[in-house]
Amino acid sequence: MNFADLFSHIGQHTVDGLSKGAIYALIALGYTLVYGVLRLINFAHSEVFMVGTFAVLGLWTALGVENNPPLGQAVLFLVLGLIVAAIASGGTALAIERVAYRPLRRKNAPPLIFLITAIGLSLVLVEVFGLVLPKLLGDLVPSMFGRGRIILGMPTIIEQKTLFTIGNTEINNVQLIVIVSAVAMMAVLDWFINRTRYGRGVRAVAQNPETAALMGVNQERVIMLIFVLGGIMAGAAALLWGMRFGFTQNSIGFVLGLKAFTAAVLGGIGNLRGALLGGLFLGIVEVYGATIFASNWEDVIAFVVLVIVLMFRPTGILGESLGRARA
Amino acid sequence: MIDKIRDLDRKRTNALHSVGDRWRALPKWQRALSFVAFVIFLYYLPLLGIPGLTWLRTDSISGGSNWAGVLFTCAVYVLVAIGLNVVIGLAGLLDLGYIGFFAIGAYAVALFGSVNSPVVKWIQAEFNLPTTWAVAWAICVFIALVMSLISGVILGWPTLRLRGDYLAIVTLGFGEIIRIVARNLEGVTRGPQGISAIPGPEGPPSPDNQVFGLVDVKPWYWLAITVVLLMVFAVRRLENSRVGRSWLAIREDEDAAAVMGVYPFKFKLWAFAIGAALGGFAGFLFASRYAFIDPTQFNVNLSILFVAMVVVGGSGNMVGVSVGAVLLAYLPERFREVADYRWLAFGLAMVLVMILRPQGLIPSTRRARELKDRAAEAEEAPAHV
Repeated sequence: MNFADLFSHIGQHTVDGLSKGAIYALIALGYTLVYGVLRLINFAHSEVFMVGTFAVLGLWTALGVENNPPLGQAVLFLVLGLIVAAIASGGTALAIERVAYRPLRRKNAPPLIFLITAIGLSLVLVEVFGLVLPKLLGDLVPSMFGRGRIILGMPTIIEQKTLFTIGNTEINNVQLIVIVSAVAMMAVLDWFINRTRYGRGVRAVAQNPETAALMGVNQERVIMLIFVLGGIMAGAAALLWGMRFGFTQNSIGFVLGLKAFTAAVLGGIGNLRGALLGGLFLGIVEVYGATIFASNWEDVIAFVVLVIVLMFRPTGILGESLGRARA
Repeated sequence: MIDKIRDLDRKRTNALHSVGDRWRALPKWQRALSFVAFVIFLYYLPLLGIPGLTWLRTDSISGGSNWAGVLFTCAVYVLVAIGLNVVIGLAGLLDLGYIGFFAIGAYAVALFGSVNSPVVKWIQAEFNLPTTWAVAWAICVFIALVMSLISGVILGWPTLRLRGDYLAIVTLGFGEIIRIVARNLEGVTRGPQGISAIPGPEGPPSPDNQVFGLVDVKPWYWLAITVVLLMVFAVRRLENSRVGRSWLAIREDEDAAAVMGVYPFKFKLWAFAIGAALGGFAGFLFASRYAFIDPTQFNVNLSILFVAMVVVGGSGNMVGVSVGAVLLAYLPERFREVADYRWLAFGLAMVLVMILRPQGLIPSTRRARELKDRAAEAEEAPAHV
């Protein structure tokens, strides 16, 4: 129990928590979008994120990126990284939908069957990146796969240094970039869902699929759209993760996915703004908790939060439902 | 390609059905006789020396593992599958944290039965007992059962009111929590160092043990298979009782069951607690046999593998889930060259089985009918998402 440290550095812990939570929030969007429309937990979404981190690593390896490139190049690498990660993650999400979920939807399978399929897919993806690809390509690109199932370092694109200090709170440049870009991505997505024609289709299907179909909304297209959107957000999260923490592994998705799901439930699953709020809140709670107890209890804190939320307010802070946000 | 697989699968199912029909048509004494023969064969398996069948033995390949040891693992996994089948197959609750109960059972015998455990040392100091004292193995059985049962109730009480998919994620978190707690609470579980000298039926491991030693695993297998047979019998009785019928009713339609006077929460909690106790029992056997455990043995991935063996084998059908468990434990040991790929294979198997044949390889008749009904409903009303 170390309350003294928590209170003397509360600002620092808050900033650390926010920068962590911003990444959770971006991943949580994928769960929330799919849940809002299909009422199903896309368990394989954590692997969509994992594929994104590998895409970023692959791109930077292919470009021969060194540590700490000059600023102009760094920006270029980041933009390219975002594009590649978004394509890889969005593509993976779409592939998951086409391969696994669509045939099941045709058969009107019970929800648990969807979930088990997703778990199987997630296992397959983890193994493809931890075993199959290293066997095939391990010798060709050792920095990307190695012998498989190992932690892989990424080059540092922007060196982390203190930007400015408020009181005893040091704000780090990468942390700031992570928080700001996550919030910006969220804002764009929120605008897309609430203000555009496609977004209106998504909300219509979320509210009432039959009526939406009668009004001429192509349901299959909406479903593809939400998987791709969730994938793009996971890709962005993957890039930010690479910048901030600088490593990846084939099994990285599991714990992060669970936490992002917790964030989605915490904010109200199916609610876009809820995902942001839940993510940031969870990040802060986790860092505070880790300070009070010890850092090796961090994961336990997230799960305990999940159980408490589900017990007392299963609809989350802001309430569920994507459809309720009306035009 | 997929059509070809479907066709083969249909032929295989028809063969299974005709075997099943022929089996049921046999006179009772013949059925009883063949059942006894099968049980005797199970007990004979570790000595397997029938010419033509010896290639089944895992030590028939170079560097293969101890055949009885593999059989023991198979038996423990079958016990796990039977327990998980109560939760997933009968009550229709997806439990992704089953490894947590397995770990609790294992840690129960380790913490109370081993002289090296901090808990035993504390009791010794508190009551002035000799340093060789520890809780007897036979009493540890009950401690393990009670601890895992209680943990099942503690986890189930707040979470079983939730929707099924939420339950899955919460249990997944639970499995991970148990592992982290075992790793972090060094004062109680010795953390990553693990606990050694876990007792067997003859007390702590020592060279004087005549039957249950570390080298000869055959007695362990016989012990495990006895437990499995007893549990198969017990669960079968349960399945055909009022409780079992209530589980099926809840699985097929919770609201309808509630209207008919079956209180879903109560029976779900029962399923959860019984499943947890069986998982704890399996963990208990596992820990006694290896005499050493540490937190890394209770990885959450294993939990997902447990689910895989139940759903691939055919949830709801005890023969199906047992076959799933044996495949999972046996194939990687016998065919070493594919051992690396077992996670991938089981992931793929899960996806393929769920898409092509959601009732599993050896399905329960009732479950297959249920899924068919749903598919028929989907054809009538294609607008549903």
